[in-house]
Amino acid sequence: MQSIFKGVVASLAMTTMLAGTASAELTGDLRIFFNDQNPAPKAAMEGMVERFQQMNPDLNIELTLIDREANKTQIRNYLTANAPDVNGWYAGNRMRPYVEAGLFEDVSDLWAGPMGEELASTRPALTLDGKQWGVPYSYYQWGIYFRQDIYNELGLTPATTWDEEKANCQAILDSGRKCYTIGTRFLWTAGGWFDYLNLRTHGYDFHMALTAGEVEWTDDRVRETFANWRELLDMGAFIDDHTAYSWQEAQPFMVNGEAAAYLMGNFVVAPMREAGLTDDQLGFYQFPEITPGIPKAEDAPTDILTIPAQAQNKDNARAFLLYVASAENQTIVNDTLGQLPINSNATVADDKFIQAGFEMLSNATGGIAQFFDRDAEAEMASAAMQGFQEFMVLPDNLDAILGRLEQVRQRLNAE
Amino acid sequence: MTAQTDPQGKSWWHRNQMRAAPWLFLAPGIAFFALYVIAPIFQSFNISLYRWDGLGEARYIGMANYEQLLDDPAFYTSLRNNVKWLVLYLLAIPGGLFIALFLNQRVRGMRLYKSLFFFPFVISQVVVGLVFAWFYNPSIGLLNPILDLFGLGPMNVLGNPNTVTYGIIAAGLWPQIAYCMILYLTGLNAVDPEQVEAARLDGAKGWKMLWYVILPQLRPATFIALVVTVIGALRSFDMISVMTNGGPFGSSRVLAYYMFEVSLSEYGFRMGYGAAIAVVLFLIMLIYIAFFLWRMWREEREG
Repeated sequence: MQSIFKGVVASLAMTTMLAGTASAELTGDLRIFFNDQNPAPKAAMEGMVERFQQMNPDLNIELTLIDREANKTQIRNYLTANAPDVNGWYAGNRMRPYVEAGLFEDVSDLWAGPMGEELASTRPALTLDGKQWGVPYSYYQWGIYFRQDIYNELGLTPATTWDEEKANCQAILDSGRKCYTIGTRFLWTAGGWFDYLNLRTHGYDFHMALTAGEVEWTDDRVRETFANWRELLDMGAFIDDHTAYSWQEAQPFMVNGEAAAYLMGNFVVAPMREAGLTDDQLGFYQFPEITPGIPKAEDAPTDILTIPAQAQNKDNARAFLLYVASAENQTIVNDTLGQLPINSNATVADDKFIQAGFEMLSNATGGIAQFFDRDAEAEMASAAMQGFQEFMVLPDNLDAILGRLEQVRQRLNAE
Repeated sequence: MTAQTDPQGKSWWHRNQMRAAPWLFLAPGIAFFALYVIAPIFQSFNISLYRWDGLGEARYIGMANYEQLLDDPAFYTSLRNNVKWLVLYLLAIPGGLFIALFLNQRVRGMRLYKSLFFFPFVISQVVVGLVFAWFYNPSIGLLNPILDLFGLGPMNVLGNPNTVTYGIIAAGLWPQIAYCMILYLTGLNAVDPEQVEAARLDGAKGWKMLWYVILPQLRPATFIALVVTVIGALRSFDMISVMTNGGPFGSSRVLAYYMFEVSLSEYGFRMGYGAAIAVVLFLIMLIYIAFFLWRMWREEREG
């Protein structure tokens, strides 16, 4: 293929250049740092690179896979010294430190083209200071994953209101199980619960104002959210000793039937299936309504690729990001990942959970939040998620916790 | 001699060779020590006066970081845990001594037993931390079935703010006792058999023998054991990082971990605040270092 091609290339080159199409093949280097080594994301990224390589045989692509957790601290080093041309990161406020330090390349020019319309749904999440700083390749819904067979056994149906949720939970507790499994050792899982309780109690706008540091943590509305949380805690709805477990270590409780449900992102489906739960046993439902009439907002974290400001081959990087954003690529990638494509022309994989998530997010009239630690400032997120964990263990400490968080908020606002 | 008889014709190098040689040999060490140890100390002092996220511009804020430390509850929690570590970690010294005394016998296969007892020290701290984290794990760990045998309730050692620090210290003591044991075993080899013999003739035995005859001869070993144990207690970072990440809700942090958390961890962007914690930790260690240097100096003079 390539040899036939080369013979014609010389003659074609002139015409293509004259025609001014952007399909000229890329040359030079493209160094990519991708932030996941798990099997599915790895396969997805490698597939992306392979297809882009086929389109540009003369481009020298170098792909480095970094552990997801390690990348969160290593990014500071590689953005300031020896930057790659493309790197993996997260949307929302988690981009802010690097945007403010001038370490991310402004890619608003890409968003100004047709790509911007195809990815319109995530434009706000990629926008800081009126500019766009990266391109999303995937996102996934959060919601309650539950044991359908346990619900059937107890004659329950997934709740749509808070009272139903609590009634279901009581029935589950009475059957000698726990309602929810959770592992708070790494804190963020508790952030998911707070997100949903707050979004359902007061709605998207209040939640965003709170995570942006515009509302006092000692506000009565925040207390109402915690009061709802406390109802579950007082029932004993969560598994014991959750502070000792990671989110993975909390899964066996659900797989073994000791707990009936898990508030999690869609990435929990793959390990649950691997652990032996069939699609008949595992179900999904949207977090129920708490305050009636509030439009439902959802957590749907978006994973993105960005170009470091110090990248050497920014033109190649831009071309790659355009390919990443394309409908064709997003269809393939998200089929591999088991997640949702962002490009509105892409096809959603034929999977029970992905389809459910797609439908839920398409009707999320309230708005789409990223996740607590991507919406709030890093320091606030860290302090708050520790507070959530403490609240789940010692709910009586709420006043002290909120006082401490308010202190952090005031200091951050003053700085 | 030569310098006196023939000052001319000899280069500076020849005249000062004897005096310059030690400095030349020390030069690489001094240079790297200055670059990697001394300079960063002053750098930390400097950074602690700024607000800096490690990426953008640093802003001078004077002593504000230190003022904030004073009413930061997490700082006091970490400080308290540091003290717990320092005090409880010293248990490794008597622990090591008694195992060493127990193993200091002539029995067939003693070398094997000694190496078994020494084994935990060979394992990396990270592995020790992981193994103990599994041991304590409330759902799959061995601890709760063992407690159950004695009719004691299940415990969530690492998930409970009241027990977590003790749980980690216990894990840390395991290799540290082995280390102290080795130090004492070598020390016991050097105990003068004639003195023991003489003491025995005078009717000394048991505790009296240990306290008045053996221990004084083990003083060098005790000193080294004390030094490495205190250093070990202050280095407790790795175990905490592996076993709990400072949690639950920050109750197992020590100063070193808290410093890492605020400045370098996933959500940490406060280099100045981290540096201020590092300075406080440095000042605390300075007390100990001063004691150590003073003792060394005194012994040199006596020797």
